[in-house]
Amino acid sequence: MVETLIKIRDLKTYFPVKKSIFSKKLFVRAVDNVNMDVPKGSTFAVVGESGSGKTTLARTVLRLIEPTSGEIEFEGKDILGLRGKDLLEVRRNMQIVFQDPYNSLHPRKLIKNIIGEGMKIHFKISEIEIRDRIASVLKEVGLIDDHMYRYAHEFSGGQRQRIAFARAIVLKPKFIVLDEPTSALDVSVQAMVLKMLKEIKVQENLTYMFITHNLSLVDYIADKVAVMYVGEVVEMGDKTTIFKHPSHPYTDLLMASNPIPDPKFVREKRLMKGEIPSSINPPSGCRFHNRCPFADERCAREEPELREIKPGHLVRCHYPL
Amino acid sequence: MEKTVKVSKPFMDDLKHTVFLWRKSRLTMIGSAIILIFLLMAAFAPLIAPYDPVHQDLQIKLQAPSWQHLFGTDQFGRDIFSRVIIGSRIALWIIFLVSVISGSIGIIVGVTAGYFGGIVDEVLMRITDMFLAFPSLVLAMAFAAMLGPNLTNTIIAISVVTWTTYARLSRAEAIKVKSQPYIEAIRAAGGGNLRIMFLHVLPMCISPVLVQLTLRMGTIILTAASLGFLGLGVQPPTPEWGAMVSDGRNYLIDQWWISTFPGIFIAFVVLGFNLLGDGIRDMLDPRLRR
Repeated sequence: MVETLIKIRDLKTYFPVKKSIFSKKLFVRAVDNVNMDVPKGSTFAVVGESGSGKTTLARTVLRLIEPTSGEIEFEGKDILGLRGKDLLEVRRNMQIVFQDPYNSLHPRKLIKNIIGEGMKIHFKISEIEIRDRIASVLKEVGLIDDHMYRYAHEFSGGQRQRIAFARAIVLKPKFIVLDEPTSALDVSVQAMVLKMLKEIKVQENLTYMFITHNLSLVDYIADKVAVMYVGEVVEMGDKTTIFKHPSHPYTDLLMASNPIPDPKFVREKRLMKGEIPSSINPPSGCRFHNRCPFADERCAREEPELREIKPGHLVRCHYPL
Repeated sequence: MEKTVKVSKPFMDDLKHTVFLWRKSRLTMIGSAIILIFLLMAAFAPLIAPYDPVHQDLQIKLQAPSWQHLFGTDQFGRDIFSRVIIGSRIALWIIFLVSVISGSIGIIVGVTAGYFGGIVDEVLMRITDMFLAFPSLVLAMAFAAMLGPNLTNTIIAISVVTWTTYARLSRAEAIKVKSQPYIEAIRAAGGGNLRIMFLHVLPMCISPVLVQLTLRMGTIILTAASLGFLGLGVQPPTPEWGAMVSDGRNYLIDQWWISTFPGIFIAFVVLGFNLLGDGIRDMLDPRLRR
């Protein structure tokens, strides 16, 4: 049995929507009743359309946003009530790499200070030790130590993402959230960055939460996959299971829309109808029923539970495929 | 010119372009020249001034401009040319201190309001609004009268009424910056509010405030001179330009030079700062750049 690093139970993150003082209070249900176990040493992919709540989920796990309710455990310890020193220690162990490398690095600071800031917060070490550590981390992510005396605008997108990653690993964390780390990069650069992420994960014994909407990346990097739709997890399981036998109609359609680089491959035309519904006022019953090709009146009426159809494979659907 | 990713050469090009824009605008050049003369005058004041600015000699009082006394003498026989020259130091000192004090108050209040938002923002910005509700000169007069008229209190009074602009500016900038991922990354690394606010958000708010400060330097001199003229500013015998204009008020018909020369200097320096400020604003306006 693999140890669980992060355990999420009934997590809800709602944002209040201000309309007027007289109307009923409305909420954006960005994350709604999410349960997840991220095994130690795995790469856990969270997949979904824009607006499905995957980034909010990650930011809630890192306590960058406070959740509305629910539990998050890190190494068996509840982190939601933590303050001061204990919170600081958990923060050191959980880091994030943002999607956009162009505004995730401070424009007026040297790379040395961008990467070293965390060390100044957590460790009482000398300027020389900080410099040495930064040099070695830069080498690890494929840059050279001279780069620490430059500013962010002197680097390309791929290099910036490497710097952002260096900033994440410099504190020797156990868990890193990668929030679409390659979606802003050229395809050729993407491949190199992904390869580096994979290598360092093994070297540093890391656990990743990999947020993306690109299924090809999931296939390349992930061990487990959770598919999110309007704030809920609709399907979760091992990558191979989900790629071979997608059981939720939404996952199935996502897979079908993923381009396959083979000119002879003829895809059956199956397009999703409509847009992702609003998470302020999600559809009744199954949240996917108005776009689902297999929906019947039960789906509109009754909300399906996330249930295990095979060991380790969970689906939120009345009629799994 | 678009900001490019590569460094040194584009940066130099950018600088060259700035110089080009500066040279193209004749008014900005004139403004810069006036301010340069003003600064040199203040720097070498004791060397330029032929007489002691506070030395009284009633035997030569109220003399018209001559080669001996270029700008004439006042009712106490003091050399007006020397007083005007030394007065530039007072003016510069006021500008400098007021800029530093009001700039810092403005930035700290603005960044705090913008960064924390919510109730902190409401309270701080309503206080700012209270200061903005009064005409600034009236408010400065009230403060100067309350604190008592002297150089320090003049500086305090002017600072107290001018920080609001910088507070509003840096608040807007702080709101923009605080939600950027690079700030969130520091929070994820464990940085506390104070660290994020002062070490990471604040540096981003400085440059718009600096531009605004240069634009407002003319106003600062004018306010100081107004206070001096009304007797609420720097006290005699200190040669402050506004107070000197006021001194000559009773002699204006027959001995016009007592008020006129310091008045001309006030006008020129304010004009210089305004021209330079306008030029700087235009130079930094991205729409006017290539």
